[in-house]
Amino acid sequence: MSQAKLYIPRDAGALGLGSSDVEMAMIAALKKRNIDADFVHTGSRGLYWLEPMIEVATPQGRIAYGPVTVDDVEELVAAGMLDGKPHRLRLGKPEELPFLKHQSRLTFARCGIVDRNSLDDYRAHSGWVGLEKALSLGPAATVDLVTKSGLRGRGGAGFPTGIKWKTVLDTPGAQKYIVCNADEGDSGTYADRMIMEGDPFTLIEGMTIAGVSVGATKGFIYIRSEYPHSIYVMQRAIDRARKAGVLGADAFGSGKAFDLDIREGAGAYVCGEETSMLDSIEGKRGQVRAKPPLPAHKGLFGKPTVINNVISLASVPWILANGAEAYMNFGMGRSRGTMPIQLAGNVRYRGLFETGFGLTLGEIVDDIGGGTASGRPVRAVQVGGPLGAYFPRNLFDTPFDIEAFTAKGGLIGHGGVVVFDDTVDMAKMARFAMEFCSIESCGKCTPCRIGSVRGVETIDKIIKGERREANAALLADLCDTMKFGSLCALGGFVPYPVMSALTHFPEDFGLVRKAA
Amino acid sequence: MPVPNYEPWDETRAAEVIAEAAKQDGACMPILHAVQRTFGYVPEEALPMIAQTLNLSRADVYGVFSFYHDFRHERAGRHVMKLCRAEACQAMGADALHKHARDKLQIGWGETTADGKVTLEPVYCLGLCACAPSGMIDGKVYGGLDNAKLGKLIDRARAA
Ligand SMILES: Cc1cc2nc3c(=O)[nH]c(=O)nc-3n(C[C@H](O)[C@H](O)[C@H](O)COP(=O)(O)O)c2cc1C
Ligand code: SF4
Ligand code: FES
Repeated sequence: MSQAKLYIPRDAGALGLGSSDVEMAMIAALKKRNIDADFVHTGSRGLYWLEPMIEVATPQGRIAYGPVTVDDVEELVAAGMLDGKPHRLRLGKPEELPFLKHQSRLTFARCGIVDRNSLDDYRAHSGWVGLEKALSLGPAATVDLVTKSGLRGRGGAGFPTGIKWKTVLDTPGAQKYIVCNADEGDSGTYADRMIMEGDPFTLIEGMTIAGVSVGATKGFIYIRSEYPHSIYVMQRAIDRARKAGVLGADAFGSGKAFDLDIREGAGAYVCGEETSMLDSIEGKRGQVRAKPPLPAHKGLFGKPTVINNVISLASVPWILANGAEAYMNFGMGRSRGTMPIQLAGNVRYRGLFETGFGLTLGEIVDDIGGGTASGRPVRAVQVGGPLGAYFPRNLFDTPFDIEAFTAKGGLIGHGGVVVFDDTVDMAKMARFAMEFCSIESCGKCTPCRIGSVRGVETIDKIIKGERREANAALLADLCDTMKFGSLCALGGFVPYPVMSALTHFPEDFGLVRKAA
Repeated sequence: MPVPNYEPWDETRAAEVIAEAAKQDGACMPILHAVQRTFGYVPEEALPMIAQTLNLSRADVYGVFSFYHDFRHERAGRHVMKLCRAEACQAMGADALHKHARDKLQIGWGETTADGKVTLEPVYCLGLCACAPSGMIDGKVYGGLDNAKLGKLIDRARAA
């Protein structure tokens, strides 16, 4: 009999739901039967309501079972799981599951599929094709191709990636840097984490393409301390890439040097802001810098620096390998390509859904997400993290597109979609947004540092019923001051969740809904 | 539940750890992390040592140390339990879960149980927002928490 092969997801999400214990139980169950098995460690496919989702290799292809608990293991093995036999947890071929079938997985094509530790498996799944292309094109043409693809930063601000790279390419400097923003502080987002823990070589490839293209010899990946697992997987991948000569003095045989280091954050949300991150890497307090100068001109240690989000960088290999036009063909308007939408919170089908821009919020929440996990009606959806607006049902026709969301007073940010059912208290959520700002403010500007504290007090008064109308007007004024008087988007955007809660859900503040 | 193994404060050992981490560019954060990983906290005595290594003032180093939520000046309880208070976890009932945990532990946020076994801290998102509510104990992650699951983890933490 040929050796059995099992695929075990070991990203933090699957581990948090017990995949490691399931693996141990599986090892014991097979040992008892003298069955030799190969356990391949993967990331997650991103269908978290089915995790731990264990797959087996069969002559018909991979067959998935999930969600598997330790108590199911004996029964699964006895039922013939290793041959893909029926069982109540059998899901069939993962790629046939509607949630996966309806996606356009470009950036996440390999995530949850490949052996995340194996350079051979990476190459076998079209790894390094983008880097090879970049090296054959040369710097200027590579940067041009990235610009033409229409890729915009996936970290939140949506700035065209190619234009940023061009600025650094055109800025003279003996030393330049690539900084990868893996701070992923937004609640409701986990795409960066999934890539780092499921397909780390993609990020290494994307950063290497950036490095050899703009003339940077050194890259830093700034990973938040809340992601110990990402740090572990990325470090191992970097070590292997270095050993294989992908990184180093002659990176990938390009004749150019490029190497990577990881820097660990320390629990400050604001360090996701790019200039604050640069200060943090330099070993300082993570305070936001005034711009100009742009990081592209004077960034890390005062040198020209490309700073990009994990997903921006991890999308580049696919774009190089398949061409700018292929990427452009996804999306709508000025939002081109795909976006990993991260369904989170109280939603039935919780997971990552990569698709071209343009689905409506209603399609995302009701059709793809399947409504709430609690079975109660959806009342509010926060899109784009703690600084994103709350959307009520009557705005569910808004298409998932950077400009369309801006037009509705919201933002897409890093693509997190957090669903709340009708038990949510929106005054409490508004208060939380302000409180979060006061906890995380870097302290540089008064409207953010002091304003957020005043904001919490004011919302408390409204909740308590103290001069509600007057305090609501005061809150609106305060938000205005913060919006226009803050240096960065922490103080500047916190008015979005606060004011959207107040505007769309006044009854939760004890206020009367104004006629539309 | 395994207990994290921290070394008692030792100046020679600290000098070693600091020198090793100081090899990196922008070494202040890596040094603070290394010291905390070794001793479980950043002892007061370590600050002037770090300052001297980096050619900074003690106030500079203190400024960096105090800016970041992660660094602590005192030893924590034997286990550090971080529970996520951010939006996606709130949407799945984190507030009620946290109240249950605080009642069971009889402490508030940032406090340590009287027996010194558990320190409870808030965290704002662990990237487990599709497996909410979530938490992390001594660096190990847990998703899909409810009163029963968390209660069991608390019992295990207190037993060890
Ligand atoms: C308060 C604040 C937090 C941020 N957090 C993140 C983050 O966690 N990850 C990220 O990629 N960008 C974050 N950003 C956006 C970055 O400043 C920057 O726009 C981004 O790293 C640029 O990369 P991109 O063009 O590839 O998106 C944040 C911005 C602000 C103001
Ligand atoms: S808005 Fe807040 S976080 Fe941003 S620079 Fe000003 S004080 Fe710092
Ligand atoms: S909001 Fe709790 S893990 Fe992200």
